Amino acid sequence: MATTRTFRIWRGDARGGGFEQFEIQVDEGMVVLDVLHRIQAQQANDLALRWNCKAGKCGSCSMEINGKPKLACMTRMNSFAESETITVQPLKTFPVMKDLVTDVSWNYAQNKRIPKFQPRPRDPDGAYRMYQEDVDRVQEFRKCIECYLCQDVCHVLRDRHGREQNTFVGPRFLIRLASLEMHPLDTADRIPAVRDEFGSGMCNITKCCTEVCPEHIHITDNGIIPLKERVVDRFYDPIAMLMRKIFG
Amino acid sequence: MAPHPSAIGGHAQGFGATERKDGWWVEPIVTVVVFLAFVVYTTWAALQGTHYHWGPYLSPFYSPLLFAAPGDAAGLHHSWFGAWPSWWPSFVPASPAVLILIFPGSFRFTCYYYRKAYYRAFTGSPPGCAVGPLAGRRPYRGETFLLLFQNLHRYTMPFAVLLVFILSYDAVVSYWWDGRVGVGVGSIVLTLNAILIGAYTFGCHSFRHLIGGRTDCMSCGKATLKYGAWKRASWFNERHMEFAWLSLVWVMVADLYVRLLSMGVITDLNTWGR
Ligand code: SF4
Ligand code: SF4
Ligand code: FES
Ligand code: FES
Repeated sequence: MATTRTFRIWRGDARGGGFEQFEIQVDEGMVVLDVLHRIQAQQANDLALRWNCKAGKCGSCSMEINGKPKLACMTRMNSFAESETITVQPLKTFPVMKDLVTDVSWNYAQNKRIPKFQPRPRDPDGAYRMYQEDVDRVQEFRKCIECYLCQDVCHVLRDRHGREQNTFVGPRFLIRLASLEMHPLDTADRIPAVRDEFGSGMCNITKCCTEVCPEHIHITDNGIIPLKERVVDRFYDPIAMLMRKIFG
Repeated sequence: MAPHPSAIGGHAQGFGATERKDGWWVEPIVTVVVFLAFVVYTTWAALQGTHYHWGPYLSPFYSPLLFAAPGDAAGLHHSWFGAWPSWWPSFVPASPAVLILIFPGSFRFTCYYYRKAYYRAFTGSPPGCAVGPLAGRRPYRGETFLLLFQNLHRYTMPFAVLLVFILSYDAVVSYWWDGRVGVGVGSIVLTLNAILIGAYTFGCHSFRHLIGGRTDCMSCGKATLKYGAWKRASWFNERHMEFAWLSLVWVMVADLYVRLLSMGVITDLNTWGR
């Protein structure tokens, strides 16, 4: 059944802006992205938003809906009460370009800093061999759609100047580091960099990244904490360090 | 609206500031209340040095009972090394629990899950997801610097594993009273306690790392012990939060149950008819 709903959308650019209110008809089965498109078509032709797949797979439509980092295409209208005003904002962590569109290029720069996959030599028959059980862990991280909702919600980047000061690479790139680090074929050693350059110690494992990930990746438990444990092996565990000294 | 940098995006600033409309504050409040209740009750119960056993039941706060409390002849049969030592310094409370609680206490304090819970609830860092942190303007150093000690969590883990075996032993002997096999509500309370603490301990991240997670080739195509153990630890690890809470509450219940029995406030329903 069609109903009229109230939307409060932040509009503006890097110089400033404010909330604008819209009353809009919403039909059954719509998601927030559909409603934004209708507002764009009927009431605000210049409303800027980013989207692509409408299926939760491209990671373009990240925004903050009622204060929560979400994919607009995966947020169903029937998850809100009919009388509820729905507030839509751009991501807080990244610079606003226009309306709901932010400049996420800082993330691409982080990705480039990560040392690439370095496979060990091939087996004598020319094949690379690894086993499904051993790559299951890595494959979980490969589900990432790079929506950067985790980067947006992470308080180290969001509220602690981690992005501006480059002290922390963020959850998305810690799981990329984990997926390379845990890969059975990879030979590169990224552990010192995980601590010193990528800032694993800045994460205080409060798990907001895990809470918002639309792909339900266990970012903290399966990615960041195992990396932290490997950092402990290398730098903070006196017995492990002594054993390495003795046995090499 | 006047152009102002902090207004870009319209995000609220400051401690607790958010556009979220759901009850994000329920979780930190519940955490604070339960943790404080636990700390107050445990400290009180540990300092009593009395009413920590009844028949075949021994309170988990007092296990392993290295020495029975001063003057507690009835507790001697639970004790590993007999009576309370005469050399015990008088400024340290003479309660058997003070010898023990430091081990599970440090294990839980440095646990990755409890860290998450108290960083959020007690230090507001952050109090909720997409909610303004406490002291947001102060320099933030995460788990570096003063919190580096958290990295020693793995050293508290072997003691915790040992404690699981000791509490399981306590659970088993709670089915024997003066040579007669039986069962009482207390036996079930202590059995559940051992199971819950075991389920919490074997889901530890450091445990999961040390038994297998630290290697990249856990199975290498074979059903190795390492891979099997890691898989099982992962099952518990996924439920680490749930077992952390359940075991925390249940260990209090177990102490309280034994305490009330010993004080004569309640009676135990059991097959021994005592
Ligand atoms: S768990 Fe770590 S990376 Fe994830 S949001 Fe929290 S601080 Fe950021
Ligand atoms: S890890 Fe999850 S939240 Fe983060 S960018 Fe990937 S899909 Fe998005
Ligand atoms: S439009 Fe692709 S994820 Fe929403
Ligand atoms: S006990 Fe929770 S992580 Fe070790």
